[in-house]
Amino acid sequence: MITAQALRKRFGALDVLRDVSLDVRGGAVTALVGPNGSGKTTFIKIVLGLARADSGTLAVNGAAADAAGQYRRHIGYMPQAAHFPQNLRVRDVLELVRALRQGEATDEALVSAFNLAAEMNKLVGTLSGGTRQKLNAAIAFLFRPSLLILDEPTAGLDPIASGILKDKIRQVRGEGRSVLITSHILTELQELADDVAFLCDGELRFAGSVAALLARTGERSLEPAIAALMRTERARRVAPVESAPVAWIPAVERI
Amino acid sequence: MKTIMLVLEAGLRDLARNKWIAAYAFGFAVITEGLFWFGGTGPQVALSLLNVVLMVVPLVALVFGTIHVYASREFVELLLAQPVARRDLFIGQFLGLALPLAGAFAVGAGIPFAWHAGAGTGGGALLALFTAGVALSVAFAAIATWIALRTDDRLKGVGLALGVWLLTTVVYDGLVLAASAAFAEYPLERPLLALMAGNPVDLARVLVLTQLDISALMGYTGALFERTFGTSIGTSVAVVTLVAWCAAPLALAARRFARRDF
Repeated sequence: MITAQALRKRFGALDVLRDVSLDVRGGAVTALVGPNGSGKTTFIKIVLGLARADSGTLAVNGAAADAAGQYRRHIGYMPQAAHFPQNLRVRDVLELVRALRQGEATDEALVSAFNLAAEMNKLVGTLSGGTRQKLNAAIAFLFRPSLLILDEPTAGLDPIASGILKDKIRQVRGEGRSVLITSHILTELQELADDVAFLCDGELRFAGSVAALLARTGERSLEPAIAALMRTERARRVAPVESAPVAWIPAVERI
Repeated sequence: MKTIMLVLEAGLRDLARNKWIAAYAFGFAVITEGLFWFGGTGPQVALSLLNVVLMVVPLVALVFGTIHVYASREFVELLLAQPVARRDLFIGQFLGLALPLAGAFAVGAGIPFAWHAGAGTGGGALLALFTAGVALSVAFAAIATWIALRTDDRLKGVGLALGVWLLTTVVYDGLVLAASAAFAEYPLERPLLALMAGNPVDLARVLVLTQLDISALMGYTGALFERTFGTSIGTSVAVVTLVAWCAAPLALAARRFARRDF
């Protein structure tokens, strides 16, 4: 579970996160959505300790996120694109992460399901993008983490591998663990997500169940519901820009 | 410590299979053997090799190091998402870069010397030559790491690395010469010694030349250095200053790694 309180992050003059407070509950898949540049990646990086919030507090499974990083024992992370050293073998990469997290219980199900045993002696640089992504997924799920952070997890996977991964996500949810997922494929989120967190311009505009979002927007599925949220945000941003300069011109009474 | 060793082991395994590192080692072996082939005695080969080392080692360490750090960024992010300390990950990553670079030079240049049993080169001169090459590898790998951690734009980072190489191997000596000509009326001994300490390439040159006892090739600053400190103290001063040149950029890079957002 993630408990974020009033997270703020600024890069130069740009407020990337503005007082974001979000609870990601156990036993649920939470979709983190929003337009490009809304702060999704920054939020994830702060949870992982890759970036530091300027203010606010963060706890994962009740453990404070601190510089020592031991709270990351609870986390499995699957980045959007897998970049491993080109001259390491698949076996070397898996052995490295296993050794770094020695003593933790492992779940080799995805290693088997993706048939990575057949790739063990291949150099990472010779693997296809899809196989690298399978390795990426296998590492994220390897240590039975109580929180999984998946950034565009099915990008580059073939339909069979994608189906295996989605089944695994459902299994993890069924075991009471948390999943925080970002994806631009909203039909995929429709299949998986229980909760939605919608970020726009660094602010959390909606956080709640998928059912609550559908009720609020009056839509039947997630894709048009998210689109409706985005349209609302766009209208809110555009409105003052259109009306303000015109209102300054005395001859114009209405547009 | 466990994290350092694991990350270092992975780095060594990766670069041991790297074709550029293999080509670098092979290139030094060919050049060194070539110098022996053309009839040079041990000290002559060491002197000729020194000029290659002073130009090539900083160039390769800077350019290869910068590109390697940029290429490792996503993998570093993946490792940072594990329960590991940033400091340990940084040390492991840096050693995984610097040791293969230094090792490729030492093995490449060392095998021909070992084959010819030193060919009359003094032990001190050989030790100085290999110490200089290893120290330059580490110092410029540290500078490359610092540059890549400071600059997100890869093109700008590689450009900066090339700029540092030009400055330390070509421009710096010209500036020192221009300064000594412009202020020829003044006692310049101390300022020039300080200037020499400001360039690891100059320090490496003097370290080796004091051991080869070829004052004529030391240049003004080198001769001044030997006259001021003598051979034994001069060697110690050069080594300590070279170590400082490894430690300072490494400390800056470590500080940057600890504080930066990935």
